[in-house]
Amino acid sequence: MTYDWQTLLPLIFAGLMGVAILVYVILDGFDLGIGILFAAADDREKDIMVNTIGPFWDANETWLVLAVGLLLVAFPAAHGVILTALYLPVFALLIGLILRGIAFDFRAKVPAHRKRRWNMLFLAGSLIASLAQGYMLGVYVLGLETGLGAIAFGLLTAVCLAAAYGAMGAAWLIYKTEGALQKKAVVWLRGALVLTAIGMAAVSLATPLASPRIFDRWFIWPEMLYLSPLPILSALLFVYLWRETFNLPKPGDAHALRPFLTLALIFALGFAGLAWSFYPFVVPDRLTIWQAAAAPESLAIILAGTSLVLPVMIGASFYVYRVFGGKASDLSYD
Amino acid sequence: MDPLILSRIQFGANISFHILFPTITIALGWVLLFFKLRYNATRDYAWMHAYFTWVKVFALTFALGVVTGITMSFQFGTNWPGYMEKVGNIAGPLLAYEVLTAFFLEAVFLGIMLFGFRRVSNGVHTLATVLVAGGTTLSAFWILALNSWMQTPAGFEIRDGVAHATDWWAIVFNPSMPYRLTHMLLASGLTVAFLIAGLSALRYLTGDRSESMWKALRTGVGIGAILIPIQIFVGDQHGLNTLEHQPAKIAAMEANWETGPNIPLVLFAWPDEAARENHYEVAIPNGASIILRHHAEGVVPGLNQFGEDRPPVLPLFWGFRIMVGTGVLMLLVSWSAAWFLYRRARLPRPLAYLMVPMAFSGWVATLAGWYVTEIGRQPWLVTGVLRTHEALGPVPAGQVGFTLALYLALYAVLLITYIGVLVHLALKAGKEGDPEPSPAVENRALSQPVQAGE
Repeated sequence: MTYDWQTLLPLIFAGLMGVAILVYVILDGFDLGIGILFAAADDREKDIMVNTIGPFWDANETWLVLAVGLLLVAFPAAHGVILTALYLPVFALLIGLILRGIAFDFRAKVPAHRKRRWNMLFLAGSLIASLAQGYMLGVYVLGLETGLGAIAFGLLTAVCLAAAYGAMGAAWLIYKTEGALQKKAVVWLRGALVLTAIGMAAVSLATPLASPRIFDRWFIWPEMLYLSPLPILSALLFVYLWRETFNLPKPGDAHALRPFLTLALIFALGFAGLAWSFYPFVVPDRLTIWQAAAAPESLAIILAGTSLVLPVMIGASFYVYRVFGGKASDLSYD
Repeated sequence: MDPLILSRIQFGANISFHILFPTITIALGWVLLFFKLRYNATRDYAWMHAYFTWVKVFALTFALGVVTGITMSFQFGTNWPGYMEKVGNIAGPLLAYEVLTAFFLEAVFLGIMLFGFRRVSNGVHTLATVLVAGGTTLSAFWILALNSWMQTPAGFEIRDGVAHATDWWAIVFNPSMPYRLTHMLLASGLTVAFLIAGLSALRYLTGDRSESMWKALRTGVGIGAILIPIQIFVGDQHGLNTLEHQPAKIAAMEANWETGPNIPLVLFAWPDEAARENHYEVAIPNGASIILRHHAEGVVPGLNQFGEDRPPVLPLFWGFRIMVGTGVLMLLVSWSAAWFLYRRARLPRPLAYLMVPMAFSGWVATLAGWYVTEIGRQPWLVTGVLRTHEALGPVPAGQVGFTLALYLALYAVLLITYIGVLVHLALKAGKEGDPEPSPAVENRALSQPVQAGE
């Protein structure tokens, strides 16, 4: 491997795209999760739950546009292959995102007696979008297969990713709320955690079994040794979080953000495992990042803009999260 | 039906539905900034009332713009993979800059703009409004640069069947870009002007005489009256630019079949593609030559000159007339309303009744104009570089038809709901008037359970 721009740029963009997907999954994960948890909340709780994500969800969803945008602009060939193969699940995802996005705004602006209808749609949209993402993850992991087995596996990952988002949502509620709702969120977190663990185990087992190439990447000495912290650390974090759910909330609400950060770390570890499995392919076993990449001069000009804008944007996001930090209160325009 | 036409309808439906919302947010951001700056200068709280009323519309419209925009970014891949494969090196960076500079700027500071009035200082809140308004406009800049490049490509070369950039300045500022961008930004301004004027007129008709209603009404009418003559001039210049770079589009807009001098301006006709002639034609002699060449002997291109490489005539001819007709109506309404408001300080009821449906006239003109320019690009996706059918993906017609039907049903419901909610918000604001003393001035917490969590 020679280290010229031709080689480095696709690598950098694969990294950026990975970061964008991970940030999206963590950030939109908690607000999609809150939509899913609508299923178990009463009307007053729903208002508070929406207040905890109000100022953030627009920006959270923008990370999806960035991730797909990077796939589109940096790997145009892969973009077409992946999205045409996933035509119907992508459609379900989009319908879900549209429904929840508009329901989010409409529910507070329509006459009060119609609010319940839009609460329902917010739940439905969030659930559809999460399931669609999980399904796409499952099918992608199996190399964009179309057989019955792939569909069944896709359905399993769909349910598990939705549960994982529910766990994120619950963890976010533990951070942003207090009192009865916070206690409820702890119970929700515990339930969702089980399905999340099953899902992660299923994906971890299925990925190497689905492809001999991936199997060889994991189960070869000494790589096995270097990689072993990934599954071990994930398992330890799961156990830690599970035990924590019996001690939450802590006196004085100490470390309320910790469950959320732990889950985010678990997501990051799982994502790192996937990245290791598929590198250097962007379409599993078909197109590598170099085969699918756009021309270096185009990538260079995007990189220039990205390295200028991204740090500013991340700083600005932290500022916004600080302005709306602490326990959620009523949001009003005036 | 074949997947090409279904995919085209689906993309057309998605982008038509999407553009309704950015058209409002691009200019509404600046109008909100205007309200805010007037409040900062005068400390007249009626300006903040106007701001809070319209910032709700902004929030709702922005959300619809975001979710329908996500659909757009996926559609390239699901239905038109050939597009990015062929011109991805050029379209990619333009789209990337749109997402990076604009989308993030808007989305990140939107939270502060919407909910931050009492959490940050007044200065930071004003700055957030500036950044969001600037973000929406930058967004338009990059998208219009890409769209114009597809109409009049420049600054590239084809190597191994794929477009490569050679001159980024020429790509961004391609021949039609300055005209199209100006035309679209003005269209956005006019859409918002008539939306504000129309919904304020609705409040006026229901008996609201609050100071914030008057301020919004005068702002809407004033912006409309100022922008419409500028738009007519810019539209004419845009047309001349199109004549130079895409003559077949102009020929179709004018339904002119033969190239030659002394071409009449066709006011009404039913163009017949098969017979290559117009039925029921009503025309002004030498009109088209005078408008396009500024003298009666000016030569105007005709459709027959372009063989089969030309756009369909009927949608262009009528789309153009709907756009121009709406523009003329906008001129009449905004100028008479401005005359009454500024000279007589009142609004006659018949005029107010006319202004209410005109609230959505900007949408009609904008969509008609976009249909003219986009259908006018056919049969090309990128003029001279990529034909539309060459970019089509392998998805079977049945699946495209299924998703298209669901999209159309969803969009119909959403559009009705959106308009219903706007009217509801206007009537509610009209009923409440300007509550005194204002809760935010008193700086006490609001307790409005219905409003919570918007």
